[in-house]
Amino acid sequence: MNLTLKIWRQKDSSSKGQMVDYKVTEISEHMSFLEMMDVLNEQLVNSGEEPVAFDHDCREGICGMCSMYINGEAHGPDRGVTTCQLHMRMFKDGDTITIEPFRAAAFPVIKDLVVDRMAFERIQQAGGYISVNTSGNTQDANSIPISKHAADEAMDAATCIGCGACVATCKNSSAMLFVGAKVSQYALLPQGQVEAADRVKNMVAQMDLEGFGNCTNTGACEVECPKGISLDNIARMNRELMKANI
Amino acid sequence: MALDSKVPKGALKDKWTDYKNKINLVNPANKRHIDVIVVGTGLAGGSASATLAELGYNVKAFAYQDSPRRAHSIAAQGGINAAKNYQGDGDSTYRLFYDTVKGGDYRSREANVYRLAEVSTNIIDQCVAQGVPFARDYGGLLDNRSFGGVLVSRTFYAKGQTGQQLLLGAYSAMNRQIARGKIEMFNRHEMLDVVVVDGKARGIIARNLVTGEIERHSAHAVVIASGGYGNVYFLSTNAMGSNVTAAWKIHKKGAYFANPCYTQIHPTCIPRSGDYQSKLTLMSESLRNDGRIWVPKHLDDVKAIREGKKKPTDLSEDERDYYLERRYPAFGNLVPRDVASRAAKERCDAGFGVNATGEAVYLDFAAAIIRYGTEQAKIKNINNPSEAKIKELGKDIVKAKYGNLFQMYEKIVDENPYETPMMIYPAVHYTMGGVWVDYNLMTSIPGCYAIGEANFSDHGANRLGASALMQGLADGYFVLPYTIGDYLADDIRTGKIPTDTPEFDAAEKEVKERIEFLINNNGTHSVDYYHKKLGKIMWDKCGMSRNEKGLKEAMVEIKALREDFWKNVSVPGGLNEMNPELEKAGRVADFIELGELFAKDALTREESCGGHFREESAETDGPQKGEAKRNDKDFAFVSAWEYKGEPADAVLHKEELEFNDIELKQRSYK
Repeated sequence: MNLTLKIWRQKDSSSKGQMVDYKVTEISEHMSFLEMMDVLNEQLVNSGEEPVAFDHDCREGICGMCSMYINGEAHGPDRGVTTCQLHMRMFKDGDTITIEPFRAAAFPVIKDLVVDRMAFERIQQAGGYISVNTSGNTQDANSIPISKHAADEAMDAATCIGCGACVATCKNSSAMLFVGAKVSQYALLPQGQVEAADRVKNMVAQMDLEGFGNCTNTGACEVECPKGISLDNIARMNRELMKANI
Repeated sequence: MALDSKVPKGALKDKWTDYKNKINLVNPANKRHIDVIVVGTGLAGGSASATLAELGYNVKAFAYQDSPRRAHSIAAQGGINAAKNYQGDGDSTYRLFYDTVKGGDYRSREANVYRLAEVSTNIIDQCVAQGVPFARDYGGLLDNRSFGGVLVSRTFYAKGQTGQQLLLGAYSAMNRQIARGKIEMFNRHEMLDVVVVDGKARGIIARNLVTGEIERHSAHAVVIASGGYGNVYFLSTNAMGSNVTAAWKIHKKGAYFANPCYTQIHPTCIPRSGDYQSKLTLMSESLRNDGRIWVPKHLDDVKAIREGKKKPTDLSEDERDYYLERRYPAFGNLVPRDVASRAAKERCDAGFGVNATGEAVYLDFAAAIIRYGTEQAKIKNINNPSEAKIKELGKDIVKAKYGNLFQMYEKIVDENPYETPMMIYPAVHYTMGGVWVDYNLMTSIPGCYAIGEANFSDHGANRLGASALMQGLADGYFVLPYTIGDYLADDIRTGKIPTDTPEFDAAEKEVKERIEFLINNNGTHSVDYYHKKLGKIMWDKCGMSRNEKGLKEAMVEIKALREDFWKNVSVPGGLNEMNPELEKAGRVADFIELGELFAKDALTREESCGGHFREESAETDGPQKGEAKRNDKDFAFVSAWEYKGEPADAVLHKEELEFNDIELKQRSYK
């Protein structure tokens, strides 16, 4: 198929950006979206132009690096996928596709489609861990039974890949799904409950400091989340925060 | 320099304990004055960074991604082995050791493997304490599954995302130390050279990938945890950015490179669909617990399937060749990866491949769905369930076990694997070879260590499933933090290593000249053009089976490619900015050099072992006819290569492998 691409180009964080039009031809429907971008970049390199910078790495939907806002949706029109897992069969010949970076005040653009997600790192550093040193002498892994239900629920929360689609898609640029997922994973496990109160307070405080917005329960984040992280995690985070503050 | 593996004396099972009792320690107050650089933040680098910082060292960690959590360990699916024997099925430290040495086709170092098996149980305890949500059974205890090449269930897992959960565990431990200031994290930085001062590794030159700035970083020791070099094939299951650069740079500065030809071709990956393909996607080995691998028995069925006239589900049991079950009745679909991959290639080369490219076999879950469904019907007291009901119940179980993998497959291939068998084909996945290290995990440059996939030590010529995660975390959490202390004990009075020295000047100059050359070259071909050419040579001539003629050709072709690259490569953009093409150019330049050494190593090793199959060395008759033939008399050694200016001029040093606690046998899975 032949496509028109409208892509955000921005030289660096201090320059002004703009949308630029490109044409690509003979795109196979079996290609992934990023392979289509590879075709464009090969074309640009061969004609002496600078290729479009975008974040990507594993290309199998787990590293959380890729982050494109395609036709007004984080990770594009398919559900339960990252940009790298989006396939061109979702588009048709003659389409015009708009490609922007994940936009949020807390995610400044570094170049073209690459954004800076260090705010997520700082939130994790504020409390996204269990304070246990490596000794090899912690108790036996089976000494505390954990109900399958709790373990599964913790796992569901823990599958967050930290891509930032929730923030990009939220009209308030809220990071609550991201933070709620980490808070929930630990709150559901006995090992994490010991310091649960401090954790939620510190992580939420850092989240606010970074300039993310609040949650107004539109649920867009859950819809666009490539890993299907549930809105319940935000509710659990609020509950944990309330408990911690009482 | 002679190779000294520094394996401690004494009985195998006491070596590690005795060693730990006798090494030098650094007192906590002195650790505060010692800096350690860790390059790479996957399972090995992440766990090492966190543990070294907990101990009190000042750690500087480097990752080319925007966060340590993105390292490619995150993509490991199936699980992590540990000799916990929770299932009471006869597992033990010795048995894990034995399986690993046998699985590696007797080409790994006994003492290292035993230590790995010994600390494996600590890993599970540590990860549970960190909040890693491993799968559990209804009683609340940890669940296990089986992987290839073993007869016990010792694999711990977190759905199909075990690597992700373990890496996030190490990442959380890192975050705690980053918050304390004990780890200084350098995201979006790439190491471009090591700095050696008075014969010791004392720092690195790194490029800030956002600003393009070339930076000097000093430390008392440098740890390379930069993963494997599977991307030398262009197409692999590695991440797009996975590269050999850090390992190759230390090789060029004196670290020996061991067994580069030992590459793991994983049997269950999604087949290639076209020339535009940028990477291959793995389907976890855990699927072979329940999936049965087959191709049609008759070539006319193959033809009909390729033409779309027949569907795989149209074929009756009699018309299918479950070739692994046929050839290897004892292990069946759970033979080790190298064996499964070669068997798939053998069927496809004989014309039985089931897709348009002729490079695909089926992985079928229909039998498992019926088996689980029948069991569920019994549990749920459903009498005379209909076939549809059984399938429904069975699909739920399969979904709970492998749901995310099935979803991933469906998104890529656009077919529903619950209804029709998956198509799979082998793909490059892991490299057992790597930087040569001694028992302390130190390379042949004093003060420079290599851990995880970047080193060579534990998997011999073939790695068993779910052992990469085990090795990465064992090295990082439990081995390196001890062994590095023994070395650093001499450095407590050294003080900060200055960066304004001639050694740093020279290393920085070399790095700058190289990238300036690349940017200013104004050539005619893109970096990917060369990477794809290299990949094709590697796959065709250094792939699943190798022969003398092909390997000699490969060496000539790769050398010619290298010369062409340096004349005609084109790198757009500038130096002092984010420039992904420049990053790629540097990595591909190193891959080309490595590729040549790889072919030379494969040529030198005139035997078949593990992932390295030399056509000249196969069993010619008897029950093992066609199987790989190892030659212990002449090749029971590690090939450690010393750099001498050109990859082809590398000098071979042999570390003879001694097996005192295990009998060398032909590896049979029949």
